[in-house]
Formats: sequence, C-alpha cells, structure tokens
Amino acid sequence: MLLKTLYDKLWDDHVVHAEDDGTTLLYIDRQLLHEVTSAQAFEGLRMAQRKPWRVDANLAVADHNVPTTDRSQGIDDPVSRLQIETLDSNCVDTGIVEFRMNDPRQGIVHVIGPEQGATLPGMTVVCGDSHTSTHGAFACLAFGIGTSEVEHALATQTLVARKSRNMLVIAKGQLGRGVTAKDLALALIGQIGTAGGTGYTIEYAGSAIEALSMEGRMTLCNMSIEAGARAGLVAVDDTTVRYLRGRPFSPGPANWNQAVDYWRTLRSDPGAKFDRVVEIDASQVRPQVTWGTSPEMVVPVDARVPDPDRERDPVRRDGMERALKYMGLEPNMPIESIRVDKVFIGSCTNSRIEDLRAAAAVVRGRRKAQNVKLVLIVPGSGLVKRQAEQEGLDRIFRDAGFEWREAGCSMCLGMNADHLAPGERSASTSNRNFEGRQGAGGRTHLVSPEMAAAAAIEGHFVDVRRWR
Amino acid sequence: MEKFVMHQGLVAPLDRANVDTDAIIPKQFLKSIRRSGFGPNLFDSWRYLDIGEPDSDNSQRPLNPDFILNQPRYKGASILVARKNFGCGSSREHAPWALADYGFRAVIAPSYGEIFYNNSLKNGFLPVVLSESQIDRLFHDVLAFPGYRLTIDLQAQTVVVGDGTVFEFEFDPHRKYCLLNGLDDIGLTLRHAQRIRDYEEQRRRQQPWLFDAIA
Ligand code: SF4
Repeated sequence: MLLKTLYDKLWDDHVVHAEDDGTTLLYIDRQLLHEVTSAQAFEGLRMAQRKPWRVDANLAVADHNVPTTDRSQGIDDPVSRLQIETLDSNCVDTGIVEFRMNDPRQGIVHVIGPEQGATLPGMTVVCGDSHTSTHGAFACLAFGIGTSEVEHALATQTLVARKSRNMLVIAKGQLGRGVTAKDLALALIGQIGTAGGTGYTIEYAGSAIEALSMEGRMTLCNMSIEAGARAGLVAVDDTTVRYLRGRPFSPGPANWNQAVDYWRTLRSDPGAKFDRVVEIDASQVRPQVTWGTSPEMVVPVDARVPDPDRERDPVRRDGMERALKYMGLEPNMPIESIRVDKVFIGSCTNSRIEDLRAAAAVVRGRRKAQNVKLVLIVPGSGLVKRQAEQEGLDRIFRDAGFEWREAGCSMCLGMNADHLAPGERSASTSNRNFEGRQGAGGRTHLVSPEMAAAAAIEGHFVDVRRWR
Repeated sequence: MEKFVMHQGLVAPLDRANVDTDAIIPKQFLKSIRRSGFGPNLFDSWRYLDIGEPDSDNSQRPLNPDFILNQPRYKGASILVARKNFGCGSSREHAPWALADYGFRAVIAPSYGEIFYNNSLKNGFLPVVLSESQIDRLFHDVLAFPGYRLTIDLQAQTVVVGDGTVFEFEFDPHRKYCLLNGLDDIGLTLRHAQRIRDYEEQRRRQQPWLFDAIA
C-alpha cells in the first residue's frame, strides 16, 4: 500500500482534475470571506456576469475594520464604513450568510470558522487572508489566497493549485509551565527562519502537540505562515472530535458517526515519507520575545538583544542593524529591561477563551504598571467575549485597569482606531512585528498572552516562569 | 489579464531582505474597494517622511530623499531587484496591484512569499527567481551603471543583461501559458464545469455532511 501523509490524503481527496505538469484543479469545500479582500472579487464576478457556484459553502464576516468600542453609533471612519457596507451588500445580493457587526457571532474570521463548526476535518478551507493556516489545526487543508483567487473560488468552487512539499515538525517532550503554543511557534520560526517553510505544508506532530488543546493547535497552525508555509496541519484525535461535537455547523446526529469514522483516518500513515523533518524539544522551549521586525528575530525572555557585530553574513547584519534602529534597542541589553507603552491581547493567534483565561490568571488581583498607557483585551468573537464575561474574566481585566473591547482584529494591524503612535512600544499577542504593522513607527514585540499580561503588570518584560 | 511576453526596462535596486506586504502597501490604504490607484502609496512609509492617509494629497508630501525610488536615476523604473523572501506576509493582492500601478512590470529576487508570488501571476506582474549570486551581480551592476536596463523574456525564460550575459530562470508551464496569452483563470476553469459537477455529486454521496448549508 502506498503510504500517505495527512497532506497527501487531503490533497488527493480534492483533485477534480490534474494536468500532466501537475497543475491541479482542487475542489474547495469552504470559503470564508471578510471585508478587506472580497470587494474586488465580487466586483469581478459582477463584471463577468457570473454567480457564486455554491452560495451555501461560503460564510462572511467583517473583522479587520470594525471598531472595538461602542458599536451602536456605527463606524466613524467613512472609508472603513464603505468597505464594510460593500461586504454587507455583496452578501445580500448573492445570498451569502454574513455575521453582521452587531451579531453576537461576529468576530475574527479565523476564530469564528472553528467556533461555528464551519471548519471541519477533511475539508479544503480558503479565505483571502494568510492566517487561514489556523484552520489546519482541524486536519483540513486551509490556506490563504489573494483576491483573484477569492473570485475564482466563488465562481468555480475550485482553485488552480500545485502541490507543496511535505514537512514534518516533531515537538518532543512537553512544554513547561508558563510556556505555550505561541512560544513553541516562535521558537520554531527562530530555528527555521521566516522562509524555512516556504514551499511546504507543515504537519505538526509529537507528544507536545498531542497534549495541546484545540486553541493551542490553532495558535501554532496560525503562525505557520510566519514560517513561510501556506498551510499547517495537525492530525485528528479525541481532542478534535470533542471540540467539534455540537457546534452549529458540525455534522448533525444523522451523519455524526459516519463523519467521525472518516475523520479518524485523517492522520499520516506510519512510515509515510516527508521531504523534510524538523525536530524540536518542547521541554527546552522558554517563553519567547521578538526583538526585531521579523518574527524570526526572536530570543527567549531570559536572553539579551543580539549584537549585529557578531553576525558574519553582511545581509543579515544589515537587517539586524536596521531592525535595532527601528525598534530603538541597544545590542546586548537584557530583554527583561525593555519597557512597554501598550499591551495588546487579541488577534487570530491568541484571542480565544483559553488565551483570555491564561492572561486573567496572571492578572488576577493586580494592576497595570504606571508606565503602561493602555492595555487592550480584544476577544476573538462575540461568543468568546460572552463566555469570558460569564466566567468573570472581564472584571479581572477591568479591575487591573485594562480595557475590555468588542471582537475584531483591532491592534493586530491597526486598521481601525486601535493602533500605536510613532515610537510607541507594545507587547502583543499577535503574529507580525513588521515595521508599522500596529501603526506607523510603532514597535511590536510578539509574546504569549501570559507574557503580555505580565508585561502589563510590571511595565517591562518578565519571565512568567519565575514571576508569580 | 494583461499579457506578459517580453519586457525591457530600467532597473531599481531595493537592497533589503524580507520586504513584507505591509511595507509594499501599508494597511491604511487597503480600505479601498477598487483595484487601482495604489501606486502613489507603494512603499509609503519608506518613500515619504510623513505618515500618509488614504485622503492625503501625495504630491504635497515630503519625500524621503534616501529612499531608492526617489532618486532621479531610478525614475521610470519598471523592474525591481530585491533580496530574499520578497512579498512575505499577508495575502493581500493590493501588494502586486500597488507595484503594477506604480509602473513595475516585474521583480527579480531569490525567493518570494508564496501567496504574493501567486497573486503577482494573476495580475500580469512577473516575479522572476534568480540565484543569490546572480542577484548580487545585478545589484552590483545597477549601482555601478546609471540607466541600467534589463530584458526579461518570458517565452525564453531568460533575463538578458546589457553586456549580453543571459540568466535563465525556471517557470511553471501552466502559468507561463496563461501569462503569454493573457488568459483569465476562471474562464479556463469553467471549461471543466462538468468535471466539477461530477466530483461534487460523488462527494455528496460519500460525505453528505460537507454539503450541509451555511444558513
Ligand atoms: S487578527 Fe490580525 S492576522 Fe488575524 S486576520 Fe485579523 S489582521 Fe489578520
């Protein structure tokens, strides 16, 4: 029997037609839509007088531009408002279901897909957003696409694609106390680089992955794109099945057992061949903090800012110097001495209930430091927000002087009113520390929710493992 | 889609690795619901000294004299040379739209963000892969010789340098065919409409839950 990886299985299962040169027409089971990358696709459809192939395979939500403060007044910024109204009217015209801004189910597209059971094992899932890799935590082939491909998927329920290579990341041992899936993701990117996964689909396996919750697996798969890989995968196990039971769009009782039987086959065959295997010892991973303007510029919290003088490669040295200048940091300074102005806990990487619980556990009974101007807690969806409020997490945050907001992308990319001013420094649970990402001139340090919460309390980075 | 067959043009060097999509077109400009008009804000935060907004009058903004595209010798450049992992980051097609709208027809780098690479192909904007050492040579030459031009021939899959040196590059045959003929992918795919329907029918029988409507 031919041994297949999980990726091979998912791929083979969706081939509608393949040319001899490997160009493949791949069937798409689910498309998620949001306001930033869909308007031009709908426009293209209209111009060509085409209709969506399968309206009910799509789910839309506005997330990038929505305000996270009081929404009863609508949206101030006219350009953002037009973009969201355009999504609304495109969905009305085509009949695609949209969770509108004031729907409690509204939230970040990569949070609501799994939360609703719209993301299921064995599917192909696409969205005009690179962090679509998140959904691979459910053993579905999920990847980000551009607007032309959004239009293509709408019009044909397929995409023209080529198969990637297979990479296996084995995380052995167990993550220690205070060390999270986020730290594992950052440590891996530190190890293989932001282009290390380019051309691959990464499957994550090993004891540390098996022990992760679905939330943790989503965090890890989410960051696959920062390692250069379009898609990340985790095999189905009891954790996956348990998470999906009873979700609104999960299979109903009539199909449930049949679905689960199929899902259980969604794992790499023992002995299947990978093009590249990377091992990481989870027990050695320490809480991570990025110091530069690329996610690969990362070190453990108890380390120091690296020194470009010790870098031999001139292109890298130049990049490091540029990053240090932008970030306003000195070589060799301890990471723990870096003081922050703002803290952001949210984004499709870390805004699920488990993330908020972890942050709240650190914060309980404490107050934010004087030098920290703003701490934003932005739940990933309206339902996450509601759940957190039922558990009293919002009180813990508010008592600490943090702001408790409505769901959306918020300061992950600062397209709405939440952003950094030039020169301001953040501890952020998001996924990109690019120049200007959180606001022009803003300086971003990527960390886990626990690390972000602790930095908010102390006013500078601290090692949560020792800090209690 | 606009065809790409052969292009000769002035070269501009962007000597940075990991140029991400947020740098190519900062997010405040992504609120547009059109495909065009992004050119004046290409590399906005490097190109101007102030912070641009969608409603800024770009002709009144202070230019950063150190930024390469602001130097007179690169005015009118249509080929960009860059370092590894160009276009990493988001899936936004606004990045190739902005490059094309500015007037670039092609970029040459050792590697690309994958989604950016795909998006470029859908817009008649050609991302060419050459080796690190070939790129080093291009950077050297473009800095050494004002008015430095290159010819990119997609049919032959070559980059031809002024002194006659020819660098070959690899290219996906299907993509090449589409670019050479300016073919729209959707039209091509719909020729397989019956195949898609057959596939769907079979899938519906085997995994009916996948066809539960989002409603
Ligand atoms: S939270 Fe950030 S990374 Fe995630 S979809 Fe929104 S903007 Fe993109």
